[in-house]
Amino acid sequence: MQSRLASRFFGYLLRHLQNLLGALGGLWRQPLASLMTVSVIGIALSMPAGLHLMVENGRALSGGWESTLEWSVYLQPGVSESRAEALAEELRRRPGIDQVTVITADQALDEFRAGSGFSEALELLANNPLPNVLVIQPSASDESAGQTTRLADELERLGDVDLVQLDTAWVQRFHAILDTARRAVTLASIVLALGVLLIVGNTIRLDILNRRQEIEVAKLVGASDAFIRRPFLYHGLWYGIGGGILAVALVQLIGFLLKEPVSRVAGLYGSDYRLLSLAPGEAGLLLLAGAVLGWLGSWIAASRHLRDMDPEF
Amino acid sequence: MIRLERVSKRYPGGSEALSELTLTIEKGEMVFLTGHSGAGKSTLLKLLALIERPTRGQVIVNGQNTAKVSRRKIPAYRQRIGMAFQDHKLLLDRTVFDNVALPLVIAGMGRRETARRVRAAIDQVGLLSKEKLLPMTLSTGEQQRVGIARAVVSKPDLLIADEPTGNLDPELSLEIMNLFSRFNEVGVTLLIASHDIELIRHLGRRRISLHEGRLQDDSEAGGEICRAD
Repeated sequence: MQSRLASRFFGYLLRHLQNLLGALGGLWRQPLASLMTVSVIGIALSMPAGLHLMVENGRALSGGWESTLEWSVYLQPGVSESRAEALAEELRRRPGIDQVTVITADQALDEFRAGSGFSEALELLANNPLPNVLVIQPSASDESAGQTTRLADELERLGDVDLVQLDTAWVQRFHAILDTARRAVTLASIVLALGVLLIVGNTIRLDILNRRQEIEVAKLVGASDAFIRRPFLYHGLWYGIGGGILAVALVQLIGFLLKEPVSRVAGLYGSDYRLLSLAPGEAGLLLLAGAVLGWLGSWIAASRHLRDMDPEF
Repeated sequence: MIRLERVSKRYPGGSEALSELTLTIEKGEMVFLTGHSGAGKSTLLKLLALIERPTRGQVIVNGQNTAKVSRRKIPAYRQRIGMAFQDHKLLLDRTVFDNVALPLVIAGMGRRETARRVRAAIDQVGLLSKEKLLPMTLSTGEQQRVGIARAVVSKPDLLIADEPTGNLDPELSLEIMNLFSRFNEVGVTLLIASHDIELIRHLGRRRISLHEGRLQDDSEAGGEICRAD
């Protein structure tokens, strides 16, 4: 009993394997048509992948600027140094804040005196007009624009705070742009995934119509819809995998072609920035997306069209 | 083996292809179905193959009421019936062997058993030397024999054939009919639609005549034609 079950299972596996290889052979026999379909899928998949890589590069690039993203919190005049220290201690315990440095009014004055060249004029002042300042560095993980703004709001609502100033507002804008770009990539991915479904679906539909006679004969001799559908599903799967491989190759090729110019630009700015390419995981995901879309597209097409295809004699 | 009880079939927007047809075919019989085109022969075969469903009445095949065979179970049902066609319906891009093997592949039979049965079936129709050829390289009569080998390869109890000799000259037709007779001798029930009256008379088997969807004659094997009322 068990061995019969096992042999049926292996028979089932074997049939699937035969279909898998048979489908590949089928594509091989029509190299031009298959290549066209695979190319369209590959290009469609490479677009969101390329955009994603662009955004990732932007993020990696801006990661270097995180250290320059600092908040200056000017406390109200008359707030004491010990109060400033206490506030700093409180802020250090908050999540999202990496580092808090206190610059006391006296330190600031000294610095100003040393750096500004107004030292003599400053001597004339009866007392120190500068407030105590807290310099806050947010933690690097809280880099999205929304979080940065929220932190600013929180700081402004603290008692004894006069003014919160972000020294590098443009970094924030850059993050906002990256956020938008990331959303655009997601939307583009969805649209292009639908496109791939349609491409595969349409190719499989034509394939099915071309093989109408064969399908009808198979139905006459007792083939189930699942049996007839199977080779088409594997066709779709191969289209998708082929497209995925092509997409990975295209993205890597573009990355390779841009590597030189990018590092030259980076060199001019005194940076050793290297262009990111697809990580193995990302490449795998692209292949998987291609495979799933190919399978799904052909499944939809096959289910729609095989049902109506009843035999005649 | 086959029992029809007051079966009617009306195509949408058309006239009645079969009306109130009642007949029984016993296990092991070899029966010819005759009548002019449009008499309902093809419709009757389509009802048996579950390509069409009756508008009224019951079709019982091998003890199974076909009305109870759901769409999903049609493949399994068809696997137990052999079918041969006028245009033989072979796949032209596959060899004789692969064509005959199709029903067994569909049924999920193992490779070795499939090869054994396919060779046996091809041998029965006398084409063993041509198993590797493509159908287009065969003569019409040979193509028809390949179609018959495919119909019997899964050893069905019932074989239905629609004008199997329609495209053949008398000599080849007789050859095909003799082939059918041999299957009948080993117990296969056959229902063969044909309008080759000469040939049918020569074979002396039971003959069911349809006229405008109704039973016209039902002559017993070897006996005289007796009119049905």
